[in-house]
Amino acid sequence: MSEPAKGISRTDVAHLAGLARIDLSDAELDHLASELPAILENVAIVQRAAGDDVEAMSHPLPVNNVFREDVEVPCLTPEEALAMAPASEQQRFLVPKILGEE
Amino acid sequence: MTARDLTKATADELSRTLAAGEASSVEVTQAHIDRIAAVDGAIHAFLHVDAEGALATAADIDKRRAAGEKLHGLAGVPIAVKDIVATIGLPTTCGSAILKGWIPPYDATITQRIKAAGLPILGKTNMDEFAMGSSTEHSAYGPTHNPWDTTRIPGGSGGGSAAAVAAFEAPLAIGTDTGGSIRQPGALTGTVGVKPTYGGVSRYGLVALASSLDQAGPVTRSVLDAALLHELIAGHDPMDSTSINEPTPDVVAAARRAEVKGLRVGVITELGGEGFQAGVRARFDEAVGLLTSAGAEVVEVSLPSLEYALAAYYLVMPSEASSNLARFDAMRYGIRVPPADNDDPSAEQVMASSRDAGFGDEVKRRIILGTYALSSGYYDAYYGSAQKVRTLLSRDFAAAFATVDVLVSPTSPTTAFPLGDKLDDPLSMYLQDVATIPANLVGIPGLSLPIGLADEDNLPVGLQFLAPAKADDRLYNAAAALEALLESKWGGLPLLAQAPELEVAR
Repeated sequence: MSEPAKGISRTDVAHLAGLARIDLSDAELDHLASELPAILENVAIVQRAAGDDVEAMSHPLPVNNVFREDVEVPCLTPEEALAMAPASEQQRFLVPKILGEE
Repeated sequence: MTARDLTKATADELSRTLAAGEASSVEVTQAHIDRIAAVDGAIHAFLHVDAEGALATAADIDKRRAAGEKLHGLAGVPIAVKDIVATIGLPTTCGSAILKGWIPPYDATITQRIKAAGLPILGKTNMDEFAMGSSTEHSAYGPTHNPWDTTRIPGGSGGGSAAAVAAFEAPLAIGTDTGGSIRQPGALTGTVGVKPTYGGVSRYGLVALASSLDQAGPVTRSVLDAALLHELIAGHDPMDSTSINEPTPDVVAAARRAEVKGLRVGVITELGGEGFQAGVRARFDEAVGLLTSAGAEVVEVSLPSLEYALAAYYLVMPSEASSNLARFDAMRYGIRVPPADNDDPSAEQVMASSRDAGFGDEVKRRIILGTYALSSGYYDAYYGSAQKVRTLLSRDFAAAFATVDVLVSPTSPTTAFPLGDKLDDPLSMYLQDVATIPANLVGIPGLSLPIGLADEDNLPVGLQFLAPAKADDRLYNAAAALEALLESKWGGLPLLAQAPELEVAR
């Protein structure tokens, strides 16, 4: 990939689409490759906003680990959990083959 | 009241009408279902209407009321719910094709509270896909139209909830606000919209867009109605680890107080100049004048880091969204679309083709942008820098709230624009959020109040109040005061009384 400040190429977009698991068409890749450089140029100004002395803020209010009491509470039944699955079998999600043919 | 009056009434009025036995919840609910049937063909605020379920709840409330049961104040008052909130038995699509027909097996905490209080749920409202957008044009199920001018957008992402309330299809609606999705549609449709303090309302059962920014809140036609709904949905929830474990400020009392004498109001220097429509600025200046005349102490306040807020938002939000939306993998829920040219595809290939088929352009754009910003080597430059901007902004707001009680700005730089106008210009669309996103980045509450019509196009303008975190009551006090001042100028009527009559289908 190119340097952050220099934007993003069509090859970059294709690589990112692969990482994001979206099978973009050639037309979609062309379109995004034409749009993203301008968007990136606009958002890149954040790089000059703060120096190393400024802490990053991941969350608006301080967040700590929150634990509940370790007690049993009702949860979804297998039928409820599987009701909207694209495919299921024997109380399990049925998925396509995980390994490709090598 | 006649059926027509029932749809024009506020939730507070309906609550009192029901309590006095002057109308039944079945009558109120049926009046709204009839109104939806009459106007929603032109507005398309709803993706799903549940007449049967709403009437069943209404009948149950009527029965319980007749039996002398003590009910919640809003019991029997119907409500519309944004399609991003999980509802057992009702489709929850988030405006996306990838969740077409998905019916959740559980209720969001908000939904549970609405059901426990006995509000009939009229249906699910339209939205930009996964709440990504400022016009509701990115819904996979077609856009919502602005009741003030059906050739224009109602704002977004919660255009459906705002339009439903503005078109008198529902007195109350639930919205969600990640960068302005409650407030900007409020401004563009002449309705009231509130984004509570982050953590004030449970996020359990809201399909996540950006987890550190998302917050649900009320969409209504009056400040008091917003407070009543806020009170119902707010409060600690053990199912949301970011939920604030403290009592909610008394927003209803604040809305009834409506007193700005001595209130210190800061006008944000950076929001209201260049890029803001003339009619928006004119109405805003008048509204600030009204606050001054009522005894508020108005000063100008600068928040220098606002310059970077929009850029930071368009890094944080896509980054969190790209991560959150990874769950749509075509394995456990959502549509599964195998690749066309492969008769024995792997799970990964099915995943990629399903996501291509199920996600729309704006969602893809933001997932790619977020994936880039989170990539190894760019993380510090983009996501890391954006998180630092949040710190700077947070300091700016803290300094501002040391000298003023509330901040004000126009909610949106423009009034409602024509459908299609900005669809091919994402940067121009993103600018719609310039005044609303700072509140999400730092977690503070914001409220948009209708303040009049712009001279150039006769379309609604909104004013945004901002308050410190956990001081949501200040918004309601200030907004209710300004609402009363404005309505006395408008002959004792809300701004929506000036909206054109919609054609009624038969």
